[in-house]
Amino acid sequence: MADSPLVVEHQEALHHQFVDAEQQRNAASLGMWLFLGTEVMFFGGMFCAYLIYRLWYYPEFAAGSRSLDIWLGTVNTAVLICSSLTVALGVRAAQMGKRRLLVLLLLLTLVFGLGFLGIKAVEWHDKFVEHHVPGISFNADDLMRDNPQIHIDPAHTQIYFSLYFAMTGLHALHMIIGVGIFCYLTYYGWKGRYTPEYHTPVEIGGLYWHFVDLIWIYLFPLLYLIDRHR
Amino acid sequence: MSEPILSSKLYVGIWAALMVLTVITATVAFVDLGPFNTVVALVIATLKALLVVLFFMHVKYASERLTKMVIVCSLFWLLILLFLSLADYHWRGHG
Repeated sequence: MADSPLVVEHQEALHHQFVDAEQQRNAASLGMWLFLGTEVMFFGGMFCAYLIYRLWYYPEFAAGSRSLDIWLGTVNTAVLICSSLTVALGVRAAQMGKRRLLVLLLLLTLVFGLGFLGIKAVEWHDKFVEHHVPGISFNADDLMRDNPQIHIDPAHTQIYFSLYFAMTGLHALHMIIGVGIFCYLTYYGWKGRYTPEYHTPVEIGGLYWHFVDLIWIYLFPLLYLIDRHR
Repeated sequence: MSEPILSSKLYVGIWAALMVLTVITATVAFVDLGPFNTVVALVIATLKALLVVLFFMHVKYASERLTKMVIVCSLFWLLILLFLSLADYHWRGHG
């Protein structure tokens, strides 16, 4: 029995402080959720700053929001949702021990993730061209021209764009880290390290990816959809 | 294995629901609902978040109650951050 490769691998994968594989898996997932709890507070500070400034400078936030490309934003949301689907199906493939399917789905996730970052880069580039990046070259004249019916203070518009760049930037940084994690998972998935008995890295890597998706689910309406009907 | 393996049909169904909600939220933003535009956007975002957390992140099927407690506590902490900060700025007055 001990000579069976499956059993040997199983025992190697099980750390000695755990009773069984299930307890080990639960502990790993609990640890990941605790980390995600700290991430909620990390992003929470920015959401809080956003909330307060939005209440103070609503007209400027609305004007800034309308200057974003809602089409690109919606497509990016869809891209990220697709990546979450491939992650969920990838975890399922790992649970069932389907190595080829797992690698394929992880690669698809990477494609969607990089696609998201590419579209985000295009959006940021547009903002640089429009002089909407806070700093010396910031210029809100076009926003004032496009919104003649409301009074816009350029300084307050800079606050909207500061928050826009900080929040999407922090999110993009998380995406880049996620791409790194998924490259690792793809490599070891291809090597056949993940089995139905042991696939914790895929599972908690997936939790991370879904969490980054969650942040975007809130960023999209908060940044892109302010006062669009005007 | 006590870990449940969900059907791929379920995952695709959740994905479809998320896509539909995304289209709805982007479309409704162009309809003038007054202050309710923000409310609708946030309700839809929360619905999407629930779908992701419960199904994609397996929380609905989590056997470990501690995990659920950690999630609820995280959200509670976030609400403390948001509400106490807002209350402070609201009643202090800014000039």
